[in-house]
Amino acid sequence: MIKIVGVSRTFQTRKGSVEALRNVDLDIGDGEFVAVIGRSGCGKSTLLRLVAGLISPTAGEVLIGGTPVGKPRRDVSMMFQQPALLPWRSVLDNVLLPIEMFGWRRSRHAERARHLLDMVGLTDFQSRLPHELSGGMQQRVALCRALIQQPRVLLMDEPFSALDALTREELAGELQRIHTDLKATTIFVTHSIQEAVLLADRVVVLSARPGRIRKIIDVAIPRPRSFSRSTHLAEVSSIVADLHELLLDIEDNRDALAAAPGRAPAGLRS
Amino acid sequence: MSVSSDTRSISVIRARFSAAGLPTLGAASALLAWWTATTVFNVSSFFLPSPADIMTAFRKQPEYLLRESWVTMTETLIGFGIAAASGLLIAMVLTASSVIQRATLPLLVALNSIPKVAIAPLLVVWMGFGQGPKITLVLLICFFPVVVSTMSGLTSTPADFGELARSLSASWWRVYFKVRLPWALPQIFVGLKVAISLAVIGAVVAEISNPDRGLGSVIVLSGQSFDTPLAFTALVLLALMSVMLFYVICAVERLLLPWARAISA
Repeated sequence: MIKIVGVSRTFQTRKGSVEALRNVDLDIGDGEFVAVIGRSGCGKSTLLRLVAGLISPTAGEVLIGGTPVGKPRRDVSMMFQQPALLPWRSVLDNVLLPIEMFGWRRSRHAERARHLLDMVGLTDFQSRLPHELSGGMQQRVALCRALIQQPRVLLMDEPFSALDALTREELAGELQRIHTDLKATTIFVTHSIQEAVLLADRVVVLSARPGRIRKIIDVAIPRPRSFSRSTHLAEVSSIVADLHELLLDIEDNRDALAAAPGRAPAGLRS
Repeated sequence: MSVSSDTRSISVIRARFSAAGLPTLGAASALLAWWTATTVFNVSSFFLPSPADIMTAFRKQPEYLLRESWVTMTETLIGFGIAAASGLLIAMVLTASSVIQRATLPLLVALNSIPKVAIAPLLVVWMGFGQGPKITLVLLICFFPVVVSTMSGLTSTPADFGELARSLSASWWRVYFKVRLPWALPQIFVGLKVAISLAVIGAVVAEISNPDRGLGSVIVLSGQSFDTPLAFTALVLLALMSVMLFYVICAVERLLLPWARAISA
């Protein structure tokens, strides 16, 4: 479904050029859920924006369904860290925003919008304004907005990272259920090892700048998965341990020490 | 249950009081201080009339004063209306194209720096007597705040919304009317509130420089006949008009943009 072939991306800044991604190759199957995990500044968001067509690669190519991505497409939708709901529009109207932006008929999609809101438990809130909702509810509305156009590809950029821990878990659980129902191919960028293991078929670990694929780990745990007591406790903890090692490992620390002598490596500080 | 409904009704009463009671209380104490000062120090009404003198002056010729108030009000409203519409339109054009903005904004700022009081007599030369030059002065004086506030509203769209719009590959027009313009509305209202207060000043300045009708003319004529209470009555009517127009705009804003108060601190 998504083919990322030899993609690199360099940004030109006033202080010179910054290499964000180097030679990334990734094949994502139809309906697959891939989590991308890595330290801050490892190019996770850049990768997502490349797939979304918001920026173009310096080298290489991104293909969705066999066609190269040049600009944003209507069968690809994106969800951000902030809900970015329009404060003057009701919940239902926010969900229908993509429909209006595409110039499609609202009446044809209102039913689906209500159904999506129902799925995330916001039926009673559809005529409320965003500021009357909690952060978790707002992000649920943003999820419905991302799903309204029935996207084949869903790109999520740390969508739950601005929420409190319990709400995050709740929303991750809901996302799992929705993904099982709707089967959109999903790339989910996150900082959270837990979220990655709960949700993904495969976890892509990116190394620090410039972002390269360090390892791809298969999560072969049957669904539905849960954060709480699970029958697959051993597998879960072994994958979590692997990811911890990859993200905090010795080699990266030595790089960090070399780059900033006299400072404790980032991994040890936190 | 009853305790919570009690505390709620108390908090409602408190909110009502701070919305309507506090302004009334402030105005009443100012009036009382004024009235006390004029009676205690026995100030002559020619020098500083007391509130009672002003009431008397108003009662002597209420119809005349209300008619002149209406004249000033129509000049204010027509000028303000034209300024609001043209200011909005020009701000939209300026923010739509950086070429036009660069070419015309300095000129606009320079024009705005011309003292409006100075061109009031000129307007009479160009447009003759009657309401024409007065409406024009109102328009000139309250046009600029509308332009500046609308421009700042239209250029302050949050980056989140920009990225969302780009990810939806929405057309420029749709983004403009569904995102940028609604987001600018609270800012536009800031400009309208400044403009309506300036509009009243503009109307009075124009009337004073060329007195025939309106409250500004009443002030000039009463000065010529040494009728200070009448001049003060005209001033009070002007103040009341200003306050009323200002709060009408506030009310429209609250009605149209309930979200704007909620998302600001």
